[in-house]
Parts: sequence; structure tokens; C-alpha cells
Amino acid sequence: MAVKSVIEAVREGIQEEMRRDPSVFVMGEDVGRRGGVFLATQGLLEEFGESRVVDTPLAEASIVGIALGAAFRGLRPIPEIQFSDFMWPATNQLIGEAARVCYGTYGQLQAPMVVRIPYGGGIRGGLFHSQNVESFFFHTPGLKVVTPATPYDAKGLLKSSIRDNNPVVFLEHKKTYRLVRGEVPEQEYTVPIGAADVKRTGESLTVVSYGLMLHYCLEAAQLLAQEAVDVEVVDLRTLTPLDTSTVLESVKKTGKLLIVHEDNITGGVGAEVAALAAEHAFDHLDGPIVRLCGPDVPTMPFAQNLEDAYMPNTEKIAQAIRNLAQY
Amino acid sequence: MAVTIRLPHVGESVVEGTIGAWLKQPGDSVKRYEPLVEVITDKVTMEVPSPVGGSLSKVLAQEGETIPMGAPIAEMETDEELPETPPPPEPSVVADHGQPAEQVGTTGYLLKDVAPVGPTGGGPVPAQTSLPDAETSVGGARLSPAVRRLLREHGVDPSRISGTGMGGRITREDVLNYLSSHSATADPASGDAAAQDQDEEHVPLTPVRRMIADAMVRSASQIPHAWSTVAVDVSGLVSLRADSRASFEKQEGFDLTYLPFFAKAVAEALAEHPTLNASWGGDKIILKKKINIGIAVAAPQGLVVPVIHGADKMSVVELARAAQGLTGRARENKLTLNDVQRGTFTLNNTGALGSISSQPIINYPQAAILATEAIEKRAVVRDDAIVIRSMMNLCLSFDHRINDGAEAGSFLQAVRGKLEGLGPGASLY
Repeated sequence: MAVKSVIEAVREGIQEEMRRDPSVFVMGEDVGRRGGVFLATQGLLEEFGESRVVDTPLAEASIVGIALGAAFRGLRPIPEIQFSDFMWPATNQLIGEAARVCYGTYGQLQAPMVVRIPYGGGIRGGLFHSQNVESFFFHTPGLKVVTPATPYDAKGLLKSSIRDNNPVVFLEHKKTYRLVRGEVPEQEYTVPIGAADVKRTGESLTVVSYGLMLHYCLEAAQLLAQEAVDVEVVDLRTLTPLDTSTVLESVKKTGKLLIVHEDNITGGVGAEVAALAAEHAFDHLDGPIVRLCGPDVPTMPFAQNLEDAYMPNTEKIAQAIRNLAQY
Repeated sequence: MAVTIRLPHVGESVVEGTIGAWLKQPGDSVKRYEPLVEVITDKVTMEVPSPVGGSLSKVLAQEGETIPMGAPIAEMETDEELPETPPPPEPSVVADHGQPAEQVGTTGYLLKDVAPVGPTGGGPVPAQTSLPDAETSVGGARLSPAVRRLLREHGVDPSRISGTGMGGRITREDVLNYLSSHSATADPASGDAAAQDQDEEHVPLTPVRRMIADAMVRSASQIPHAWSTVAVDVSGLVSLRADSRASFEKQEGFDLTYLPFFAKAVAEALAEHPTLNASWGGDKIILKKKINIGIAVAAPQGLVVPVIHGADKMSVVELARAAQGLTGRARENKLTLNDVQRGTFTLNNTGALGSISSQPIINYPQAAILATEAIEKRAVVRDDAIVIRSMMNLCLSFDHRINDGAEAGSFLQAVRGKLEGLGPGASLY
């Protein structure tokens, strides 16, 4: 089977869906002639032409707003926000409008669109190119939020997202684009939205993560295996809808839960996972529920040492697992 | 009107109780404040009065069942209103940091008679979903929810499991290992009736017996006991008691025993040896500032240990009165919770049973227990001559984690010195 990078998997996913369904189109800053700043849309302009690969001005509110209007009219737009940090002008279109339209019209209007957003730090992107934005959308009913970590999941989930009739926020961690490689089948496949994946089975404790952090968690689990700690790693893959049953099943099996995410800790996805475990797996907990997350600072610092201090990494995760295992 | 009767909260550290016996049966009419049910806690047995008058319609907690405080135990038909249960006592305020005398509310409140404001007004609030039932606590140890569930499911006493987790915590794995090594249905007492031998009779445990058993197992398995015995010449005490007995009985109305003298000597010696008036705190030794001496009493239902609080502040006569009251209430099964709480040391008068030597089990979590053995005349050597003296053995069991033989020996010598110093003419007041 071919080994591909995450960015290649994303590109293939878009390309296959555009070939399959003529109502699918991409739009965004530099997505056409430039092929996208991360080259996610490279070659699409040549294959599908300017009417389906639309270069836009630097105007995020318009990008999502136009996409929403197109979705109302039966198209399936894939607007791209170049960096998650630039998302904010478009949040009213997304949270204020797209998320509510199906509910507000009793299903008469639907907004099938996939807002692709490269996000995340650890790439020396500094204050304006590194943000984690998932918790804002995770908190918003009416949106689906997808956070793949591997090439296989990125392609399979992107195809499912394009076919979904709800607005989907599709978060691609920038550092995984070229750093993470994995097998991707040649034949047609999709990965269902709303299904977590146990990426490593174990008995001693459960680590729940997603995105880039998943890979650090798997590395840490490998380290701890040498210390006879048998770690299970659950990849959420989709934040909304959250696959609570897979998480709870794992926690009930191991009795201990560590949640790892790069996004800052307060009010993050980890808080919700922790609350679910406390409420529904209480009788199975054999230790405190622990979160290892980014700190509550306003944004990703630029200085290398400060960025290192911000980012959870394999060593920090291994230590957190060790502490919890010893409890 | 049907009302639900709940197990009342009876004390700060008491979280559950066992239904000993129902004093009323379904259909019986019950007067308000009439004893309704006998409840056994790990501290004391008490009769719970009916909060209302009416008739008992349904019993919800069966005899022998252990249930948390506040849980429903019965239903009654009544015309009376169920009185509100008093809230648990507020913790006393320790220091005043210049706060105003009046309490300032900081939570605010909702106005109920104001119309909704704004373009959307307000909608009805969805009814609150009920919370899951509170978990029953298993003893005072720090147990995780998973461990509590496993212990509950398998009926295992946590004191039988040694913890390997942080700070000696019992982990889920510890319980699973214990269960697999004791491949048991865990509760040997409720053994298979079919396996019962023709030559045996299996007597079901009373709740009191079960509690005594659990307490003994906990102490014997968790406390490393060490023992020491000294012989005391109590000839002077014997004469003192003989001289005072008649006048004492005339004045106080009951017989003067040796117990208050022992309690007095022990209380004084404890004040001089604080590590004997202590308990093991895992990573520390907890010294008790109050000297509260428990006295082991053989009550009709089994052993109870009522407590003389502040024994070091009392004279012999005051100790005698306190002991008289406690043993009387113990034998009539009328001890209050306060009577059995906060003991710091236990005195066991095994001499009353004719014993001359014993190895008592410490009353967990105290540091030591002292048995006072029978007084008997023995031939002993004094100034190179054989003389007849009234002698008694003092047998001490002590927690060797807290004290070594040196401290225990010093304590015993102190008690002996005080008892041997007594003689005719010593004051009882």
C-alpha cells in the first residue's frame, strides 16, 4: 500500500470528491494559482478550472459567507481558511449562521460545507500562525468538528465531511502535514464521522488525544511499555460528535484517564472528556482524571524556548503517564 | 398521607448503619417518638424514634442490612407533617479575620416576581435531571471509586488487603490480585449451607458480632502489636479501698471498685507519656491532646468500649461516677454516640474475669491498650524475706510503629509507681 503524507491525503480526498460530485468546489486565499500555501489544492485549478477552484481576496468573512450562500443553493463548497488564526472574521458566518440554519428552518435549509482550517503550533509560527481553535467550535451545537491525525484518517474523514449535509469544521494540524506519513489505500474508502479509534490497546491506563498530540502520546506509550506500563491510546478523530462510548469503554477497562491536547487547558476538549468520565465511569476510576494541555497564555509564544515550554511533548506526556500509573 | 422515614444522621463520623431489629412491624400503629427501629453503627447501638405518629405501612430496609445515613428505611401512613431533619452542624469558626459581625451574602439571588426583560423574554427552565445515587462509603480509608465498587461487589473488607499504591493506597489491581488469590466468594461467614457438616451448627453472625470481628481483624492485621507485662504490688491500694469502701458506698450509692484507681494512674501516666496517647497517621504520629480512656465492658450483646472523656482532669471519685454511669448504660444498651466516641486509650479490666495474664488486641487506631489482671495474694521477696503481698499484673499491648519497648516500659513503670504509691489515707477527691 502507498505511504503518503497528511497533505497528500488531504489533496487526494478533495480531488476524488470533486471528480465524483460536480457540486463540490474549493475557494480561499491562494488556493488556485498558488495551489494553497501548504499545497493542499495543488493541481486542482489545472484539472477543474477557475469555476471550481476559486481564488478569493483576503476576506475570511466573505469566504465563509459566500460558501454558505452556495451551500444553501445546493452546492458543496470547501472554503479554506489559510491559518486558523485568521478565522475570527468568519466566526459569525460559521457560528452565528451556518451552525443554526438547519435547526432554525426546521431542516428546510441545509449548509453542506467543509471549512478546512490548518491549525496548531510547534512550527515556530509565533503569535499569529499557531492557534488551536477547536474549543470554540466544539462548544457550538450545529457544527461538526473533525481533527484527524494520520493520512488514512485525514483522507477518509475529509471524504465523509464533504458528503455530510452539515457544516463541518475540518481541522488539519500543520505540523502533521509533512511530518506524519502512513498507509493510504488506493481504492475508495471513507472513515465515519463520530467514531474514535483506539490507536494502541493497553490495560494500565487510557490516554485520550487527537491531532498532532496523538503521535507524541503513542511515542510516550512506547517509552512506558519499557517500564511495564501498558498504555491504551484513544484517538478521538472527531470532536463533534464525540465518541463517548469508545472513551468510556476504555476508561472502564483501565480505570485511569489522561487527556492530552495542545489547546490551552481551561474549557477545552479535555474538560468535557473529564466530565463525561467522572459522570459515567465514576465507579471504575482508580485515580484522578488528569489533563496535560497547553497553558492558559494568550497565544503561542515565538521564542523557541517558550514555544517548547508551551507545547506538550513526548517527555512531558511520558512523565504524566508515569505519575498516574504510580498513583 | 404516606411519608418516607429515613435513617437519621446521628454523628459526624458515622456514615452508615445496620438495621438491628424492627421494633414495629408493618401494620402496627406507632406513636410519635416511640422507638421504631434499632440501628447499629460502628460506634453504638441505638433506638431510632418515629418522627411522626401513624401506622407503619412498609419496611424498606431489612434487618441486617447496612445502609447509608439518610437512606429511606420505611414508609408510614400519617396525618402529621414530617419534621424537617436538622442540618448537620456547621463547622465552628476558628479565627475572625476582622470580618463584620453580620454575614455578607455573596451569591446574589433571583427575583421571582419580575417579568422577563429583553426582546426574547424568558422560557421555561427544563426540570433538573436527578443525580445518580450517592455511593456508599466503605470505612474511612482513602479508596478510589473503582476499589469501592469491587469491594462492594465481592463483599471484601479493605482491611484485609495491603495497598501498593501511592502512600499505601489500595489500588484496583491490589483488589483484583487479592480476589484472584482468594478465589473466593469472599464471605466465608455466609458459607454454603449444603457444605454444612452434620456435626456442626452454623450460627449466623449478629451485626454486633460482625462489627467486633471486623474491628479485631483490622487491628490485628494493620497494627504490629508488641507486648509487655509488669507485676505491681497493690497491697496499699487494697487497704485503701477496704478502708474507704463503706463510706464511699454510703455517700455515692454504689460500690467502690479498683477501676477508677487504675484509670487515674493510667491517665496521669499518659500525660507524662504522650506517645502512648496517640495514633499512627501513615507518614506521621498523631498525638492526642485530650486523654479519653475507654473502658471495655461486656454488654449483653457483646463487647462495647464507652469512653471517659478528659480522664486526666478527674479525681478518683469523679472517675468512679463516670465509669458507673457508662457501664450502667452499656449494660442497659443505652449508650449514646458521645459515650463511645473519641477514645484515645483503652483500659481492659480482665482481672474481673479472673485472668492473670492476657494479650489484648489494640482498639484501632489507638496506640496501646492496658489489661489490669486479677489481684491475688502472692509470696514475694521483700528485704530478703518472703512476705505475702497483694499482687497484680499489668499487661500492655502497644503499636510498635509508634513506640519501642523503652517508651512502653517507661509508661508501665509510671503506672506501677502511681499504683504502688497509693495507701490508706490517700485522698479520693
